[in-house]
Amino acid sequence: MIFSRKDLLALSDLQKEEIELILSTAISFKEVLGRDIKKVPTLRGKTVVNLFFEPSTRTRTSFELAAKRLSADCINISSSSSSLTKGESLLDTAKNIEAMQADIIILRHSSSGTPALLARHLKSSIINAGDGTHEHPSQGLLDLFTIQEKKGTIAGLKVVIVGDILHSRVARSDIYGLKKMGAEIEIVGPPAMIPATSSQWKVTTSYNLDKSVVGADVIILLRLQLERQGKGFFPTLREYARLYGLNASRLAKANSGVLVMHPGPINRGVEIASDVADGISSVILDQVTNSVAVRMAILYLLSGHTNE
Amino acid sequence: MNNAIMIKGGRIIDPSQKMDHIGDIFIEDGKIVSSVKGVSIEINAHGMIVTPGLIDLHTHLREPGFEYKENVDTGVAAAIAGGFTTICCMPNTNPVNDNASVTELILERAKKAGKANILPVGAITRGLKGEELSEIGELISAGCVAISDDGMPVMNSLIMRRALEYAKIFGIPVIDHCEDLNLTDGGVMFEGAVSTALGLKGIPAASESVMVARDIALAALTGGWIHLAHISTAASVHLIREAKARGILVTAETCPHYFTLTDEAVNGYNTNAKMKPPLPEMSDLMEIRAGLADGTIDAIATDHAPHAAWEKEQEMDRAPFGIIGLETALPLSLRLVDEGVLSLPALIQKFTQGPAQILRKEIGRLCVGDRADITIIDPNLEWTVTGEDFKSKSKNSPFIGWKMKGKATTGIVSGKVIENT
Repeated sequence: MIFSRKDLLALSDLQKEEIELILSTAISFKEVLGRDIKKVPTLRGKTVVNLFFEPSTRTRTSFELAAKRLSADCINISSSSSSLTKGESLLDTAKNIEAMQADIIILRHSSSGTPALLARHLKSSIINAGDGTHEHPSQGLLDLFTIQEKKGTIAGLKVVIVGDILHSRVARSDIYGLKKMGAEIEIVGPPAMIPATSSQWKVTTSYNLDKSVVGADVIILLRLQLERQGKGFFPTLREYARLYGLNASRLAKANSGVLVMHPGPINRGVEIASDVADGISSVILDQVTNSVAVRMAILYLLSGHTNE
Repeated sequence: MNNAIMIKGGRIIDPSQKMDHIGDIFIEDGKIVSSVKGVSIEINAHGMIVTPGLIDLHTHLREPGFEYKENVDTGVAAAIAGGFTTICCMPNTNPVNDNASVTELILERAKKAGKANILPVGAITRGLKGEELSEIGELISAGCVAISDDGMPVMNSLIMRRALEYAKIFGIPVIDHCEDLNLTDGGVMFEGAVSTALGLKGIPAASESVMVARDIALAALTGGWIHLAHISTAASVHLIREAKARGILVTAETCPHYFTLTDEAVNGYNTNAKMKPPLPEMSDLMEIRAGLADGTIDAIATDHAPHAAWEKEQEMDRAPFGIIGLETALPLSLRLVDEGVLSLPALIQKFTQGPAQILRKEIGRLCVGDRADITIIDPNLEWTVTGEDFKSKSKNSPFIGWKMKGKATTGIVSGKVIENT
């Protein structure tokens, strides 16, 4: 199968076969990352630009490593060093980067839909590295990869996603990806953080984490953005942790072999108890390891390569 | 040498006189007359619809201050191209039209531009800040026909109460842009399935309807006249219908996009489908149509809101709200006739008698002795909307590429004939 897309904007766009292609390609790259020399010449001469308008360590570093392991030239531009502070529009900034013959632009932006805006106007490939509260497709793919790696298959698993679904781009990408791969999904969180129209995703919704964890094969915790406190979504962090924090006694109600996942960075003692974060069910650091392999697969496939 | 004009053989529709027949109209010295001696210009209107010049209650001309978006010249050209001979321009210019000198400037520019009549709307509050009333008496004597803080709601209910009371001196409506800014909370599109999927911050339907309910309560309290601008949701239509039944002095307008598009139009992050109020869902669209049909909604207005291309080619969160509408309103509305929502005379009423009653002027009709403001419409002309053909300076329309049927071919303003080519 040939991956014929110019851009990777959202998992809602992808066919199941395309997701499977990315995951199987990532398996080969994970093997490369286990070697002594963790580098292949596949993207030599290609230019990859990390264009980040929001702070990020994990995602930016992971994409940068992925590009370098593939021998691409990788440049990082963050909002503090860009000309946006000089009043240049996003589109003008991006067109200037394209004019320097960037093959792939990886965009992180606080406004939903900005990768689609660049994709419409630019010939460079655009990878969405998280846009506002829309999607974070590479995170979704590395979550799928990690579940498949640990569980063998995704179809039929009960996956519980906990927290601020409304504002979470990770939740959206996970939901679209997991549904396409055949998982059963339950979303749980305080009512103001569960979209009223979430039935469109064919997921079950709940406000009660104690009930939701029963029978769970995978629990994905979302980072609670601390600035939401005081906006009326929930009274205090303390109360949030009491109702929606994953602790050992709650975890004990899940299926044996349950995976605990988190896109990071974690708030210990808020959405996840410290001992659970470090416990045997936690695959949080495996997600980070896998992220490089998955992002190598994305860069490789968007550069017009096939999985042979 | 007289200036006699004959419009021959058209289907004359004037809802104010319940007139709908094939006939001729005569114009002399800028006025409608019953007959003329000799005809110097004969306009063949066979197969055409001849109506009173259309009136738009809600236009943003952007001058002074935002001439890169639109100015009086290009705005009136767009109006005539769309069949409008009279437009009411909103006060959210820079400086704001909250004093006579700005009103006079706009009227001066309008006179120079010729073509369409411009009726300015003054600000309810100084600087549209919602804090203290403008000198409304001065605005009215300078030529303003109503007051509005359009673009901004008057959030303070006490100020709104005082505006409704004060406006009673002049018999003018207070036009409100109904939006609870606390509920909007920075939202960029309608809160619903599409906003959830796109990850865009939603504006709930209640953002409009709670203010509609408040304004109706204040109109009932004061006996003042509230005119509700660009109504978009089913809940608002229900409230207005019920208020009218109770005899409260409330009138309302909607815009063509609210009976034509839904929030689905935003898919793909289409900034040309970003406006306030936002495009709601199909159930709202259907109720807007019902409200037009049963008279709950008095008028169709454009809310013509020009923005430069570079402003719209931005992040969804940064792109300004609003779309142009003067040149697409009529054909979009004619679809309601084809779809059986309104009869043709009932539709024309929403563009003529309906707005004229809100403006309290003897316009929007074809009585002998009236100033000759007339629109001639070819109901069967098929055309495609293109950005290049817009007379407006801005092209921010979600209807580019749409196939339309029906177009104003000629506008007559005070007896002056302007052909649309």
